[in-house]
Amino acid sequence: MRRATSDHWLMRCLLIAITGAFILFFLIFPVAVILVEALRNGIGFYFSSLTAHHSQTAIRLTLLVALAVVPLNTIFGVCAAWAVTHFQFRGKALLISLIEIPLWVSPVIGGLVFALIFGQKGWLGPWLTAHNIQILFAYPGIVLATAFVTFPFVARGLIPLMQSQGSAEEEAALTLGANGWQLFWRVSFPKIKWGVLHGMILCNARAMGEFGAVSVVAGSVDDRITMPLQIEQYYLNFSLPQAFALASLLLLLSVITLAIKIALEWRKLAPVITRLH
Amino acid sequence: MNAVSPIVERRYRQTPLETVQKQPQIFRRISRKHILPGFHLTLGFTIFYLSTIVLIPLAALVLKTVTPTADFPSIYHVIGHVVRVAFDLRSLDSYRLSFGLSFVAALLDGFFGFIAAWALIRYSFPGKKIVDAMVDLPFAMPTSVAGLALTQVFSTNGGYIGQVLDEWFGWKIAYTVWGILIALTFIGFPFVVRTLQPVMADLAVEVEEAAACLGANRWQTFCRVIFPAVSPALLTGIMLAFGRAVGEYGSIVFISSMIPYLTEITPQLIIIKLEEFDYVGAAGLGLVMLLMSFFIVASVNLLQHLATRHRRVA
Amino acid sequence: MSVAVKHISKRFGTFPALRDVSLEVQTGELLALLGPSGSGKTTLLRVIAGLEIPDAGQVTFVDEDVTEKSAYERRAGFVFQHYALFQHMNVYENIAFGLRVLPRKARPNAAAITKRVNELLKLIQLEGYEQRMPSQLSGGQRQRVALARSLAIEPRVLLLDEPFGALDAKVRKDLRKWLRHFHDQTHLTSLFVTHDQEEAFELADRVVIFNEGRIQQIGLPSELRENPQNDFVRDFLES
Repeated sequence: MRRATSDHWLMRCLLIAITGAFILFFLIFPVAVILVEALRNGIGFYFSSLTAHHSQTAIRLTLLVALAVVPLNTIFGVCAAWAVTHFQFRGKALLISLIEIPLWVSPVIGGLVFALIFGQKGWLGPWLTAHNIQILFAYPGIVLATAFVTFPFVARGLIPLMQSQGSAEEEAALTLGANGWQLFWRVSFPKIKWGVLHGMILCNARAMGEFGAVSVVAGSVDDRITMPLQIEQYYLNFSLPQAFALASLLLLLSVITLAIKIALEWRKLAPVITRLH
Repeated sequence: MNAVSPIVERRYRQTPLETVQKQPQIFRRISRKHILPGFHLTLGFTIFYLSTIVLIPLAALVLKTVTPTADFPSIYHVIGHVVRVAFDLRSLDSYRLSFGLSFVAALLDGFFGFIAAWALIRYSFPGKKIVDAMVDLPFAMPTSVAGLALTQVFSTNGGYIGQVLDEWFGWKIAYTVWGILIALTFIGFPFVVRTLQPVMADLAVEVEEAAACLGANRWQTFCRVIFPAVSPALLTGIMLAFGRAVGEYGSIVFISSMIPYLTEITPQLIIIKLEEFDYVGAAGLGLVMLLMSFFIVASVNLLQHLATRHRRVA
Repeated sequence: MSVAVKHISKRFGTFPALRDVSLEVQTGELLALLGPSGSGKTTLLRVIAGLEIPDAGQVTFVDEDVTEKSAYERRAGFVFQHYALFQHMNVYENIAFGLRVLPRKARPNAAAITKRVNELLKLIQLEGYEQRMPSQLSGGQRQRVALARSLAIEPRVLLLDEPFGALDAKVRKDLRKWLRHFHDQTHLTSLFVTHDQEEAFELADRVVIFNEGRIQQIGLPSELRENPQNDFVRDFLES
């Protein structure tokens, strides 16, 4: 016990109490409320809410969107991290900053930009209507907007990880005669696989939970909206128990995501990114 | 034996050492630039994907504010409309709400976040690991879920805190500015804590001990030694929380009554403009938000640069 | 003559690492590249391996111009200063790596690979260590595994970058003896980089002294001591 540098016990109690109270009321309480409200009318009602038509279509669409967005962003993240780690080129710092852009802008901007391009009065709007192609208010638009918002997650995790691992093992493999794919699969990927997983689950959680960007490109068209938007629809229609039921699913997803993320970070398998998510 | 022609070799032997350095290539262009494979493939895909998903759409946003359309035949009309929308009273009120409330929320996060970071780094208490994990909750929760939950907790007939406060004090939280403030504070909290924690952890104990030896009491040590060391990180955390709050939409949709001029935030206004097919106006507002975001990024980078410069000098 | 570099120059930004360096290595020779830090010796080694591309100059392996060839086409065994063992593979997999990544036609079958790995393990005196992970080995053991790994591909030349730099004094001495003995047995053309005079003089057939990107003098250890060609060499050898 270093007496000279420890605080008075009263101060300690006070600060711990404030912290505890803040966390309790602001964080834990809302989570508990979701569970309570979801089960307010009993388990039976809970499951029938989840199997209701609107819920089912929303869940299905959310899963399909994540299925497209997560692999694409993962491939991008791996490519970007490889390029940045193993090569010297001009504009590297600029590239890294550009990758971070979606984290800084409002998700609504993420939807807005695609609405401006594909919307009725957008650049490609008339062309799309003429060819009967639907981007907005449909799957492609939602995928694009979600990809925008979740774009940096895998890359942000992998870049510092791969940079700290350096290029020595890859160079060694090169002198031993490995070609590009062998290098990647046998030497690099085993080193980064936990970092890739970490980025993927963050990307997935954000993709499934994205509201603002999808709200702009999908509006409130029945059966063509994702889970977060469906929660809003239930809420606006005063179907509160259904809203909470669906919300509890997303909450479960975020708890699992959080658990995996923390497990990976505690074991130092993936770097802790303290800035924006 | 070797592929060098006699003429070239002669030229080589006659070239003094110094001029050899000045010549960028001698007689052969070495074609490969990179040792490890995959440069063109990975960089190419990276730039392609980045452009498609981020750069071109953002460029479209900016272009929309200066490109004439059917409704606004010349560039002056377009820009005029953009300026009109951007400075319209309704827009200004939305900025005041969006930026103003975000700023207050960020300050609140700064205060509570500092205390939380301090308690988590310095003290041990039962359940500390759980509390530490809970800090990440607003990160992980989808905004719509957070919005729904907070609305229920703070609404006047939800049966929780909101109802209690209404019955006891007549305070209404949900559907007012206060509700928005609470949602924004919720969102930004982890940024301050997670930015402060590593910096606080790094504080060398010896410095505090030195201050104590020199006769400073705890409060003085805190004010003069500890706080200045962590204040750049605190500022960074506040800026990050601010940036996040300014862009927030999902949770606000639930907890705000969205009344124009009173409780309407800028992202909401953008959506309304789109629904009215005023694409140019929407783009203009988007540009305002984009500029604000870049300003925040620049400030954060500047703050971090200043912070590390101090450390290097010290 | 086995390995030759002609008029190699290399800059990193504005820093000239190598300035018009030319060198011929005799077949079967053990050559030391000696000099202070930043003198260019490691850069030259990497250029020979194909891990750095020179701004100008030529590299030949036994009559073949390999300047344009990439590292994996040159078949130069390279032992890194900090071993660069594949952390997630055990000793067996590390050593077998070079054989496993051969193109299908040239790849030996599993039994042949195992045989070769066992031969190499015997050579480096680490029989029985196949299943160990690099993190479970001592520095000296890791160094030997790194050596075996690069020998597995039957390289034309062996390049070692400060092979004993990261080890403590006793281990270093033992490994030095071992490396000399190994070289006497195999007669594989080898170059190694060091900043330790004693090591260079004890091990090498010839020593190349580097400073500031240029070769100061090449010769037998005894020659260098008796006839230093310039002030730098004289001062360097005295210190």
